Amino acid sequence: MNDIAATEENMLTLAETNELISEMDDTGTKYLTFKVGGELFGTEIDNINEIIEYSDMTRVPLTPPHIRGVSNLRGNVVPIIDLAVRLGKEAGETTKRTCIIIVEMEDEGETMDIGFVVDEVDEVLDIHEDAIEPAPQFGAEISSDYINGMGKIDGEFVILLLLNEVLSISGLSELVSNDSSI
Amino acid sequence: MSSPEETFLLECGELLTSMEEALLEMEDNPSDPDSIGAIFRAAHTIKGTGGVFGYDDVEAFTHIVENVLDKVRDNEITVDSNLIAILLSSCDHMEVLVTKAVANEDISDDDKVVDAGLRASLNQYLGVTAPGTNTESTTEIVEGKSSVEIENTGSMVISDNWHISLRFDLEVLQNGMDPLSFMRYLQKIGEIVHVTTLHDDFPSLEEFDPELCYLGFEIAFSSEADKEEIEQVFEFVRDMCTLHILPPRAQIQHFAEVIQSLPEDDMRIGEILIASGVLTERELSNALNSQNKECEGVEACTPTPIGEVLVETKVVHEEVLNVALSKQNKGQLSKSAKQTVLRVDADKLDSLINLVGELVISGATANMLSNNSGDELLIESMSSMSRLVEEIRDNALNLRMVQIGETFNRFKRVVRDVSKELGKDIILNINGADAELDKTVVEKIGDPLMHLIRNSMDHGIESSADRIAAGKDAQGNVWLNAFHDSGNIVIEVADDGRGLDRDKLLAKAHEKGLISDGQVLTDHEVFRLIFEAGFSTAEKVTNLSGRGVGMDVVRRNIEALRGSVDVDKNEYGGTTVSIRLPLTLAIIDGFLVRVGDSSYVIPLDMVNECIELEKGERDENGMHGYINLRDEVLPYLRLRDYFDEPCTQKNNESIVVVKYGSNKAGFVVDELLGELQTVIKPMGKILQNVKGLSGATILGSGNVAIILDVPNLVQRAIQSNNVHGIKSGSENVVLH
Repeated sequence: MNDIAATEENMLTLAETNELISEMDDTGTKYLTFKVGGELFGTEIDNINEIIEYSDMTRVPLTPPHIRGVSNLRGNVVPIIDLAVRLGKEAGETTKRTCIIIVEMEDEGETMDIGFVVDEVDEVLDIHEDAIEPAPQFGAEISSDYINGMGKIDGEFVILLLLNEVLSISGLSELVSNDSSI
Repeated sequence: MSSPEETFLLECGELLTSMEEALLEMEDNPSDPDSIGAIFRAAHTIKGTGGVFGYDDVEAFTHIVENVLDKVRDNEITVDSNLIAILLSSCDHMEVLVTKAVANEDISDDDKVVDAGLRASLNQYLGVTAPGTNTESTTEIVEGKSSVEIENTGSMVISDNWHISLRFDLEVLQNGMDPLSFMRYLQKIGEIVHVTTLHDDFPSLEEFDPELCYLGFEIAFSSEADKEEIEQVFEFVRDMCTLHILPPRAQIQHFAEVIQSLPEDDMRIGEILIASGVLTERELSNALNSQNKECEGVEACTPTPIGEVLVETKVVHEEVLNVALSKQNKGQLSKSAKQTVLRVDADKLDSLINLVGELVISGATANMLSNNSGDELLIESMSSMSRLVEEIRDNALNLRMVQIGETFNRFKRVVRDVSKELGKDIILNINGADAELDKTVVEKIGDPLMHLIRNSMDHGIESSADRIAAGKDAQGNVWLNAFHDSGNIVIEVADDGRGLDRDKLLAKAHEKGLISDGQVLTDHEVFRLIFEAGFSTAEKVTNLSGRGVGMDVVRRNIEALRGSVDVDKNEYGGTTVSIRLPLTLAIIDGFLVRVGDSSYVIPLDMVNECIELEKGERDENGMHGYINLRDEVLPYLRLRDYFDEPCTQKNNESIVVVKYGSNKAGFVVDELLGELQTVIKPMGKILQNVKGLSGATILGSGNVAIILDVPNLVQRAIQSNNVHGIKSGSENVVLH
């Protein structure tokens, strides 16, 4: 399946992916899979608002490197997180497949949009609960706090991310203000 | 906001606030009729509206308060601090009652105790021992007053009976009227208690004409009939006699009540009197005639007010007239207030401001496009539209501006209560209450101010004995000052207390590990330590302050509003805490600059001037430096290096000289792009704590530009500079 998605013609266009996300019925848990730093990740689509093409954004100075910048999303200023850096990887090169996934996060009753950069959006698929293994206690490159479980797709593992942890507003803002206090 | 109950709650809040203010005013100036009137009106309105909603508790309690106030207004009770204290507590209690009533909750037992206590104290003033008989006491008061009135009016005999004063014209008999028949007719609607026949007009016998009537009568008349009916008795002789009908004294109270209960309206005084039955229409038209006659032939004559005419001609009691007049004034007052103030839902206002923000942004886009097009007519019409948009922006923002005074006045009460509690004599001085700032800022500034004031009173100002020993005035002062300064509003909380103790602060800082041995700090730096977390030097913890959670919370709250806070000693030897806040949180005038490949906005009111960075003074690689600006040292910060911006387009660099408070600094930028109306967009929780950046804005091109927070950026640069210095120089531990 991965090879299919990787070929140019068969790869889902952004519009199609967005349509898929909005058309999803409520049966079973749907996951969006995407690649970051060569690895395949997945996350539940519940929080995902839309996927937009990568465009130049405004750098925010004096912030740690996982803050890629801010972008104008229909008149609102949305912070964009570099997921690769956040997960402890090297910041990836920007290619024409690079996308920004916009998610809605909640913190203390307030919701806000956050975007994160991924190298490539793969597909939207069902993953059965039976096909999800618990996160390994160690061995994964990223902190086990961020991992919801390991999904099995065609014999390969997909790391299912806990977006609430990875992009937790309080966690991110703490990092930012720690950095700025020097 | 929508339901009437909530509106009631809101209004009561405002009324109680004004009542409280007036009470405090009255404490200083006991005989001020304006404050007494204001307090009475507030209580009366709350009672009335409470009654309409069926909030019995509110109505009953407020009724007692109103009765006491009524006596105060009539100078039957002298205002003393004890009474003020009781009335202030009553204010608080009324607020509790109103809140509970609206929320449909029962009053707690504690509140019942308060209720009973206040009722007892209030009733003492009323001279009523048994609670609950308050309705009667009102009557007593008014009756008491009207009996005074009777003595004043001399010849007129007034009792529980109507008083009819009747003078027949001479020719009444010639016209075929029998005076006696009217007397008989009068008896059909009531009982003639007493008749005094007046025969003073009787001429000597030689001049006596038997066909003329020389008689006059003063009749005491007891009847259930109203004035109109009594007047009708004399319908046929109305043109041939002088008739005055004065109501019984019980009626005066009745009239007063009737007048009070008339729907508020700007009726004319005469109409009020007729509507309440004090005056008949004929009496009014007579009075109006005489009022007009007075002015005949005299140009620019100010006619005697109709009320005075009525009292002069003894048609109306002065007291009834006064009630009616106050009613009239009140009607006009509420009418003019209606015309000038419109209550608008804050959400609606916010969405308007947001829309204006969008308008400004798309206006900027259109402006840019028109400039690119080179079409002169288009450019011209766009520029006039931009001007209008700018005006709309300013006006819309003005809608949110409120005077700081209302917030300041709240603290009068706080200072009063706290100084009683502490046993200190402290007064609050307010300056610059008319300074305006954004409503959102005003709402959020209350708590920090409260804390600062309490701190000043608790820790700053000494006890009276200590003050006298120190050669100061026994009475302590707390000042609340507000003024505008370079696009900011500065709010100062100052006191003339003992000031901050440098040694104590240093000792505490060592103890808490905030500073290390051997570190030399200026006084100012030492004072600023109080804003560090967990710092409190109070030896004893009172329930007011001293828990050490205060000042750092104050600082954080202020910084969340894009403001800054500072502390220093003042000329009175005490402490001044000054809070510097932006006027508005929504839209500012910005100055757009290019730094590397990015655009940044510097708030325009911080920009003092722009100068070119001379080649000779350029130090290409330095992040910091200083230049000679008209013989002053101006430190500068090269933003491109500080922000680590990539730069593909080198230009001649410029320095933007920024000024905030008394500080000046320069930012080296790559290009000056000009002024820009900047709609501040929040960057969200994640980025809001980045020190040195205050938000973002969307440019005409759709790109986002970061807005610089000048004071914090400079502060940050200073700190990082110090870190460098200390790291390379000594082994001192750094603050933070």
